[in-house]
Amino acid sequence: MERLIIKSDQIHTWLAKIIETVPRVLAPVKTGSKAEFKEIKDAGSVAYDVITTTSSVKASAFPNTETLFAYEKQGTDTKIYDVAEENFLDTVIWRARPCDAVGFGPLTKIFNWDYKDKLYNERFSRLVVVSFACDKADGCCFCTSVGGGPGNTAGSDIMLTKINDKETLVEVLTDKGQKLIDLCKDCFTKADDSIDKESVLAKIPVRFTREQIHEKLAKSFESPIWKAQSERCLGCGACAFVCPTCACFDIQEGAHGNHGRRVRCWDSCGFTLFTQHTSGHNPRPTQATRWRQRVMHKFSYMPDRLDIYGCTGCGRCSRACPVDMNIAEHLTNIANNE
Amino acid sequence: MSKLSEKAATLLSEGTVKMIIGYEQGTERPRPAFCHKPEDCERLIFNDQCSNNLAVYLTKKEIIGEDKVGVVGNYYVIKTVIQLNRENQINLQNLVVMTVDGDDIITFGSIDEMQQYVDTHEPVPNEKVLAVIEKIDKMSRSERWDYWKSELSKCVRCYACRAACPLCYCNRCVTEVNCPQWIEPWAAPLSNMEWQINRVMHMSGRCVGCGECAAACPLELPIGILTKKMGMDIKNTFGGWKDGSVLSTYNVNDKENFIK
Amino acid sequence: MSNNIYIPYVMVVDKITVEAPGVKTLRLRFQNEEEGNKFEFKAGNFAEYSAFGEGECTFCIASAPTRKGYIECTFRKAGRVTSGLDRLEEGMTMGVRAPLGNSFPLDEWKGKNLVFVAGGIALPPMRAVIDNVLDRRDEFGDVTIVYGAKTVNDLVYKEELKEWEERPDVNLFATVDPGGETPDWKGKVGFTPNVLGEVAPSSDNAIAIVCGPPIMIKFTFPVLEKLGFKDENIYTTLENRMKCGIGKCGRCNVGPMFVCKDGPVFSKVQLNALPPEF
Repeated sequence: MERLIIKSDQIHTWLAKIIETVPRVLAPVKTGSKAEFKEIKDAGSVAYDVITTTSSVKASAFPNTETLFAYEKQGTDTKIYDVAEENFLDTVIWRARPCDAVGFGPLTKIFNWDYKDKLYNERFSRLVVVSFACDKADGCCFCTSVGGGPGNTAGSDIMLTKINDKETLVEVLTDKGQKLIDLCKDCFTKADDSIDKESVLAKIPVRFTREQIHEKLAKSFESPIWKAQSERCLGCGACAFVCPTCACFDIQEGAHGNHGRRVRCWDSCGFTLFTQHTSGHNPRPTQATRWRQRVMHKFSYMPDRLDIYGCTGCGRCSRACPVDMNIAEHLTNIANNE
Repeated sequence: MSKLSEKAATLLSEGTVKMIIGYEQGTERPRPAFCHKPEDCERLIFNDQCSNNLAVYLTKKEIIGEDKVGVVGNYYVIKTVIQLNRENQINLQNLVVMTVDGDDIITFGSIDEMQQYVDTHEPVPNEKVLAVIEKIDKMSRSERWDYWKSELSKCVRCYACRAACPLCYCNRCVTEVNCPQWIEPWAAPLSNMEWQINRVMHMSGRCVGCGECAAACPLELPIGILTKKMGMDIKNTFGGWKDGSVLSTYNVNDKENFIK
Repeated sequence: MSNNIYIPYVMVVDKITVEAPGVKTLRLRFQNEEEGNKFEFKAGNFAEYSAFGEGECTFCIASAPTRKGYIECTFRKAGRVTSGLDRLEEGMTMGVRAPLGNSFPLDEWKGKNLVFVAGGIALPPMRAVIDNVLDRRDEFGDVTIVYGAKTVNDLVYKEELKEWEERPDVNLFATVDPGGETPDWKGKVGFTPNVLGEVAPSSDNAIAIVCGPPIMIKFTFPVLEKLGFKDENIYTTLENRMKCGIGKCGRCNVGPMFVCKDGPVFSKVQLNALPPEF
């Protein structure tokens, strides 16, 4: 790993070069009072003054809606067409947050723990993640409680940390990252060993540990806490859809005449119909059981089965929730629950 | 203990109700609160920031069960209770409807009392919303189409709008019906428009204008504009909200005969 | 199959059998013979069957792996996809992703007596095992089948029931719910768990395999326990809702177990360790 310095006014020169070279650059762009990852064509359109985007950047590897394959019915026969290579673009994610970057870990496990999901892998392998360390956090941020941190480099190819108004530290973490540096070599100088990244990072208190939650969950399946916590939950999919690690999906059919495609789209364990059988029987018949599934999945089942936790502490679900289901608050209560 | 907390605690301790639904302080703004025991009521608050339409819980059997419950809601909660009653979705016998007016806690004894309150306490219209509606009204047809296409293409179909709406109580929403599939259930510009247009049509004359659909949208889509504008059109065309659901109202003397 | 795991095999509907009102069996062969020759599965494996234009649905493979050259899919017309499958005619193509999930541990059951208990439309997953056992008949002990449906008309595999009835090495007890019998019905009348108790197969050196709606399974387990069956000798299949069938889409799990990967076959010992979410 190499540590470099870029002058703040050079960052845009470098980004402009990246935009010129790479087929697709995604970055936070202002939308009303918030920001979302969008394709940018101009280095000036990046929104740097938001803590996080509303949605995570997972759609870059796991789109909200994607074609799994297409087909054409020809008489009694059916011809099948695989997803074409052109659908997978080399992509730079600019100004991700550490909690975005680390989210690809759980996603990659989900899509590869057993069968390998080519569509996810094709997209993910073409991503280069440039993260910006956090110097600010809000009340919903809790990355330090789930093994992350405002300067955590896991999952990033490059991490930038603004040291002062003039200089930004550039940590080159992978070969993919190095290739982006090579696009604009003149912009960078070697970083002095004395530069202390930690001192400029946001201070985010640790409220619980993942292990604490995991241990509590082992004995909590029948706990009244699920009903109590989920009483106000409306059962929408906002939390799951903005989450960097939620990967539950539906498979649907889009057909017109003899042509059709099988479609994968995001789904949520919070929806009533998610597990409902055709007969009407529902293994998770109440919002309390669905809320329990959400927490159990992330903090019990995933670590047990995939050896990874399904939460990056980004706080997006809490910000998106119409009724303030603040996950860090709920997890803190679970950790302290007797 | 505030007057509100005291009142709620009394209702619970005297056994008048089994649960009180109100507001408590949340992370950054008030949020719905559920009190089962008198001591839970200390958390209850009521102020201008209390915007969630709590009536959304009144049609959820798993929340209210068969017991009598109390609700301390804002203006729109009261307005919604009237509409839910009109649509036979709630049992008024099992409901104590309250609101807070200055220092007073008002308990409504009847729908008429609620109606009177609603008629005399209409909130000032949201100027921002009206300004957007005016802007959209001035657009040409194709500009309007482009505007909505662009806005609604951002919809991710999380259905927070539907979940937050107290009048979206259908057990199986039209977007989940698949025999036949009326609306494609994934996020795409066309199906998003179909979804939002269907929703607003279904709300015509029923929507109480609380704006919770828009407030719930994590992407800040201007969907409240759709319901608001629909409400205005209904009022101008059919004479106002009190007539109830426009699309399900039937009159044998109707000059149109397609339904006969 | 392409390395795109969502692309199904294209299979041709060779034969359609109407089993009961709304229930059909499709016999399918691989359109690509080479794919068919390479295809292997075990009793208990399931498949994602697709009607192009309507989508996919999940059922166990209803035929035995010992019957080569085809697989069978038995389904009841209920929703959009099964209505699509119902509209298929012989010679038409459909999609199949298979084999998926685990299977019954048949090889561990060698020399044992087998008691099959099935209700309604749950005979198809069990039929894969029964036919497999009958094709290797001398490897197993007694074979007892208790199968019930609402009415005589609702019994599936009527031809096979007749064959099993006639075989001296199979004890078949077909039953219909009270009120579901016809004047010429010679089988039993009563709910499947009750009939099982009445027939009372010995639990000595025996394995019980139970497939049916949740309510039938719930009432069958205590009967088996009374008959002396130990939990490690009781097997069933879970049928949670699935989409991907390959451990990703997130809806079929019961606690940490994926029905699509760790199941659909579970022993009662395994079930006992799972939270009641099925």
